[in-house]
Amino acid sequence: MTYLHNIGTYFIMIKDIFRRPTKWSVMKPLILKDIDDLIIGSLGIVAFISFFVGGVVAIQTSLNMTSPIMPKYLVGFATRQSIILEFAPTFISIIMAGKVGSFITSSIGTMRVTEQIDALEVMGINAINYLVFPKFIALTLYPFVISIAMFLGILGGLMACVYGGYGTMEDYLEGVQLDFIPFHFIYAFIKTFVFAFLLATIPSYYGYFMKGGALEVGKASTTSFVWTSVLVIIVNFLLTSLLLG
Amino acid sequence: MIEVKDLHKSFEDAHILKGISTSFEKGQTNLIIGQSGSGKTVFLKCLLGLFEYEEGSISYEGRNFSKLSRNEKTELRSEMGMVFQGSALFDSMTIAENVMFPLRMFTKQSMSEMEDRVNIVLKRVNLDNAHKKMPSEASGGMQKRVAIARAIVNRPKFLFCDEPNSGLDPKTAIVIDNLIQEITEEFDITTVINTHDMNSVMEIGKKIVFLKDGLLEWEGSNKTIFKTENEAVTNFVYSSELFRKVRRMYLEEDAQ
Repeated sequence: MTYLHNIGTYFIMIKDIFRRPTKWSVMKPLILKDIDDLIIGSLGIVAFISFFVGGVVAIQTSLNMTSPIMPKYLVGFATRQSIILEFAPTFISIIMAGKVGSFITSSIGTMRVTEQIDALEVMGINAINYLVFPKFIALTLYPFVISIAMFLGILGGLMACVYGGYGTMEDYLEGVQLDFIPFHFIYAFIKTFVFAFLLATIPSYYGYFMKGGALEVGKASTTSFVWTSVLVIIVNFLLTSLLLG
Repeated sequence: MIEVKDLHKSFEDAHILKGISTSFEKGQTNLIIGQSGSGKTVFLKCLLGLFEYEEGSISYEGRNFSKLSRNEKTELRSEMGMVFQGSALFDSMTIAENVMFPLRMFTKQSMSEMEDRVNIVLKRVNLDNAHKKMPSEASGGMQKRVAIARAIVNRPKFLFCDEPNSGLDPKTAIVIDNLIQEITEEFDITTVINTHDMNSVMEIGKKIVFLKDGLLEWEGSNKTIFKTENEAVTNFVYSSELFRKVRRMYLEEDAQ
């Protein structure tokens, strides 16, 4: 029953995000701040992880290609496919569930604990719209982050391959361009948009509806990370089955 | 004026408010007192419209809250100001931005008009030079004054305060009490204060409502509370030797 209640409350919250909108003059700086916090603030860690994981994928692929009849360009091909199809949209989204999700849950949860949300409600403000809508809009720029992750992942693979002595640049680039299917990009970005929605709303839900004090803010952040990750994985499976299966 | 009739509120199996009827007059400080768990906070949150109640009614100058449309409720809420126990200032905004917030949300004033109003209100609460400070840089007393400034900036008709003196030293607590009373009389606001502070009860309790186990046990003023024989009230208010002495002195003076 609790799960059903939580799911119902979550969907009511989704509806309330778009109800009684806050004045644009107030909303605009909130959106810009959330773009800075959630998108720009995540670029560093996303770039770092993407570059090195791209490198590791290239090295692992190369080391596992023991048969001499397998062409060397397969390293670039496998790296591209792994990065575009799964690593960038899904793996980065799980990392973002930890970084951005915890930030959203703890910031909204702290506002709940310190009665700032009550203050908004007493003033007659739609607190859900005021708090969650800017995050939702900011995360519509999430595909921009994933594009950077894709580029840097493939670049990391190239660097590891060439400078680690696992293959030549020509082989790698040939593999990267081999049998390119544009729909794979569309599939990746459809997933990215859905994950962005989950990243904005699930942590907001756990922050907004939390009860208790400072300790519960920490617990809510952890729960939010777990459920966002679980839902990213489930939705990833469903979308992959629907779009590529 | 706020009129409350037969108010009932429950949480699952717990019946918290068991039929409260009272009224809070305009232009005076109305206090809700009672032991922890007596239902004070729930009552205040019902008055604020934060909790929905099962039975009864609350009328704000003749407007029955539960019968208002969503837009009318929003309009009524814009006429309310609230001072929270922990001040509830927005961490990401400066003191001036906190005070300006209700004006930005509910008025179409220009920035210079809003700045003028913020200056007037901050001056009224004796915070002329704190505009650019962040709430975290302000003391507890300053934060309370900012919260009062934010609550009155949009000229509310109703002011609610939840334990405005908690965590403050006795001198600052008196300053806050006096400020709330002055503002209430100056702007002719209906003010309702939820408090544990006996100094507030004695100093500014023009009307006092005493709750016990979700029921209205007694109501009166800071004058009549000295004379009451109600055991629950005397046990609560005169639980310390100091206040028992004050009461004896008052009654002796009164007898003479």
